[in-house]
Amino acid sequence: MIRRSMAYAALLLMGVGTGCKQKSAPSPALKPTAIGAAITESSGGKQVGPTGTALKDPLVVQVNDEQGAAVAGALVDFHGPASVRFEPASVLTDSSGQATTAVVLGTISGRYQLSATTPGKAHAVTLQVAETALGYQQQLGSILADKYCNRCHNPESSAERVSNYDNLEVKPHPFTEGDTLNKISDADLMAIIQHGGPALSRSALMPPYANTLSSAEVQAIIAYVRVVSDPPYRPAGTVYEQK
Amino acid sequence: MQTVKKFLSSLWQALFGDTMRAFGVVSAALLIALAIAPAKDHFSEWHGYQGRYLSLIRDRGDAISLRRRVQPGIQQTWLPELGVVDRCTTCHQGLKESSLADVHTQPFRKHPAIPHSLDGFGCVTCHRGQGPATTVAEAHYSDRAGEDPILPARYIESGCGQCHQNALTGTPQLNLGRQMLARYGCVSCHSVKLPDGTTLTASDNPPSLEHIADKTTREWIFTWLKDPQAYAASATMPNYKLNDADASDISAFLMSSSTQHAGDTATLVTASAKNVDPTAGASLYGQSFCATCHAVQNAAGNLVGGDVGPELTRIGNKVKPEWLQAWIENPRTYDSKTLMPHYRFTPQQVAILADFLKNKSDSDYGANVHLNAATPLQIAHGRKLVAELGCAACHKMNGVSKPENFAPDLSRIGSKPLAQLIFLPGMEHSLPSYITRKIKQPRGFGPGLKMPQFTLTNAQTDALTTALMALTERSQSMPAKLRVAAVRESNYQPAGHAGKLMTELACFSCHRINGHGSDMAPDLTREGSSVQRQWLDDFLKNPNTLRPSLIRRMPRFNLSDSDRKELTDYIMVAYQSPDIDPDTAPSATNTPATVEHGRQLFYSKYACQSCHIADTKTDKGYIGPTLTQVGSRLTPAWIYAWMRNPQALRPGTMEPNQNLSDEDARALTAFLMTLKSSGKQETK
Ligand code: HEC
Repeated sequence: MIRRSMAYAALLLMGVGTGCKQKSAPSPALKPTAIGAAITESSGGKQVGPTGTALKDPLVVQVNDEQGAAVAGALVDFHGPASVRFEPASVLTDSSGQATTAVVLGTISGRYQLSATTPGKAHAVTLQVAETALGYQQQLGSILADKYCNRCHNPESSAERVSNYDNLEVKPHPFTEGDTLNKISDADLMAIIQHGGPALSRSALMPPYANTLSSAEVQAIIAYVRVVSDPPYRPAGTVYEQK
Repeated sequence: MQTVKKFLSSLWQALFGDTMRAFGVVSAALLIALAIAPAKDHFSEWHGYQGRYLSLIRDRGDAISLRRRVQPGIQQTWLPELGVVDRCTTCHQGLKESSLADVHTQPFRKHPAIPHSLDGFGCVTCHRGQGPATTVAEAHYSDRAGEDPILPARYIESGCGQCHQNALTGTPQLNLGRQMLARYGCVSCHSVKLPDGTTLTASDNPPSLEHIADKTTREWIFTWLKDPQAYAASATMPNYKLNDADASDISAFLMSSSTQHAGDTATLVTASAKNVDPTAGASLYGQSFCATCHAVQNAAGNLVGGDVGPELTRIGNKVKPEWLQAWIENPRTYDSKTLMPHYRFTPQQVAILADFLKNKSDSDYGANVHLNAATPLQIAHGRKLVAELGCAACHKMNGVSKPENFAPDLSRIGSKPLAQLIFLPGMEHSLPSYITRKIKQPRGFGPGLKMPQFTLTNAQTDALTTALMALTERSQSMPAKLRVAAVRESNYQPAGHAGKLMTELACFSCHRINGHGSDMAPDLTREGSSVQRQWLDDFLKNPNTLRPSLIRRMPRFNLSDSDRKELTDYIMVAYQSPDIDPDTAPSATNTPATVEHGRQLFYSKYACQSCHIADTKTDKGYIGPTLTQVGSRLTPAWIYAWMRNPQALRPGTMEPNQNLSDEDARALTAFLMTLKSSGKQETK
């Protein structure tokens, strides 16, 4: 029995080992010239992209000293789950105190907690950043939401598209708004999307899509809503009996 | 010698000395031999995974039903039609178990939701790897001759592309890659034959160079050749990394081979742009919606505008003033196939626009370029280079004909055996990594290579790689019933004088009719059933926008009254829908009660005001077209049919089909028909 589990442990290690092979090689000994006291996010957090692909924008973090002035030449190490790659994983901050890395998401869909750490004077300081990876179904949902829903549900306008949010008497929720959407069950989401606001005794400003989108498409939108929600969505799930 | 003999005979004695003994030994040997096979299974990798799977599900609530579906031993999916022999489910036991959604440890994850059954297509069809293998190393990572490592997730859409030649909603990366193969002219040099026998064609419209000396100078050609993206960041022409002498010789050849184009300046009535308001150029550029197709870099360095036509940031550095005037006057004289409309500008307007564009120049661009007059030897060398580099694969030119099969055929590149590839040191040994590197650094593979350097983002390179990885042997040998054909462009051409007008106005550069044209603006195939004649005539005279939130808009053409009438009549007659029957449709006049009922439905039951404006005082909806004058614009038959099923009239429209009853649709139509224009055009 022990022999067998040892064999499995070895296998497991092998598996993890090959999994890590993808990780970028440690950069040839970066020599930090300074030490910071604080680390903050400049840009690149809370992005959404398909699994296994590089995020559109790089992750940029800022290292400052106690007075809040930028620190150049400080070492920043990026960490994440084994399947996430950073290119590169260790960076020295530039003259404006910024460290930039490209993030390649892992192959499992969902939220990824990443961190950026800089040594600091007394102890290391760490920044947490979350990124989201979309699987096939969620990505399909994101494309459909963009075509059919975001004009009303997303208050942000872009150069290509003016948001209709402000024109609505009853305000819908952006799909990232977990505080509200997490409380609505899958069945209720399905009902309001397929049959419109009145299905849940809400405003008819929310149109019905049962004859426009297939139920697989609506399910894809729900899968997307669930994966981007902030705070994260936790399904009630099965409660397993402990034997 | 003696001792060995003695030892052997005593061994024989010990094992087979008497019958009982011999029998026992032989049976033991037989037993051991029989046990080898099960023991091998027992200590195999996959058996270990099956054991781990059993302990993973042991404590779950639905353990019993999960357990019941566990298949011990080696599992195999055999799909002879697809050439699939997959044993992946031997270890990946939980693939089809929807209750394992929370399990993230491989190999036990549930397969994410996809539109196909896993049994119908197997695993290797999309993921590659060795289906029949029974070890992880062999199944996932083998790069031996004839074998294929597993495909990294970021190219997974290539799997879809083996059957789906059409653009799927869920595969944006594949769609982009395919578009780029055409848009960046890849398929001008490389031939790509699809499984259905059609060949991909380029869509980038590279200009003909037969009359280039009319258009620009040798210095500009030289500077452009050295670095096209320095002239226009958005240029799709790749960089051939030419040295000064070669660029100079090619420019000399192009100038010397260029012939003068008779029509270029013949029709031009030159007017002067002097003494006009200095802002006239910018406002005419804006009113003519040039930015719908052309981009210009703004002060912040961002490109603003469309990418149908070339970027105009430094157009003043490029073109000769006379050519520019002639082009604006009628682009079709110089290039009969151009996507740009013949606007019918007045000579004054031509002068104003030309003046405005001439000032879009950068005094630093090409400032230090001074070329001496070329010798015949240099011209001949330029011609040789043009032939060697395959310039004529994209550009028409005098004296060099289009090369055939200039670059390797890519029809089956997605199945190219690794043994046939040459990897550079440090490169990952896989096909996608090879293709990606070839696209990113084509010259890195050797000094003499001709493939030029493109300027692409990583996302674009990944998209191209995905599209190329879809071109597999399997996609060629796939049963035809699995193939989903691409929507092919038809070669529809409208007839007669109206047809000629539509070509001149380049309607098809934005609109699609009967399967021909572009998707930028509404499909006009059914326009004649949709709109009222008077409205169409007014609209062509003065197109005001229907959708306030649109940035791209219909430009105004200075059509003569008779041309406009001709065009209106043609559209009204030729673009009718067979499904719309004006006789059974609601009439345009209705009782006040019906109209009022329609209004109620509009505002309360269907809340149409969330997307549309029927009354500018109360409504704010900004998604669909404004309906304040819809009763003067659309026919009641069209409105009624649209209410019943918008997607039937315009597939893919975002207006939700609300499944209206006949009665509700009639009442709404009645209400909408009362929204008439007040005579004076509302200006926006
Ligand atoms: C015309 C604007 C509009 C469009 C388009 C639209 N919605 Fe809504 N939606 C609304 C409004 C308004 C509400 C709020 C209704 C209420 O609270 O009474 C709403 C509510 C919802 C809700 C309930 C949660 C919430 O935000 O209050 C969901 C879920 C929803 N919409 C999903 C969708 C989906 C999915 C699509 C695209 C297929 C879509 N909507 C398209 C306007 C729109």
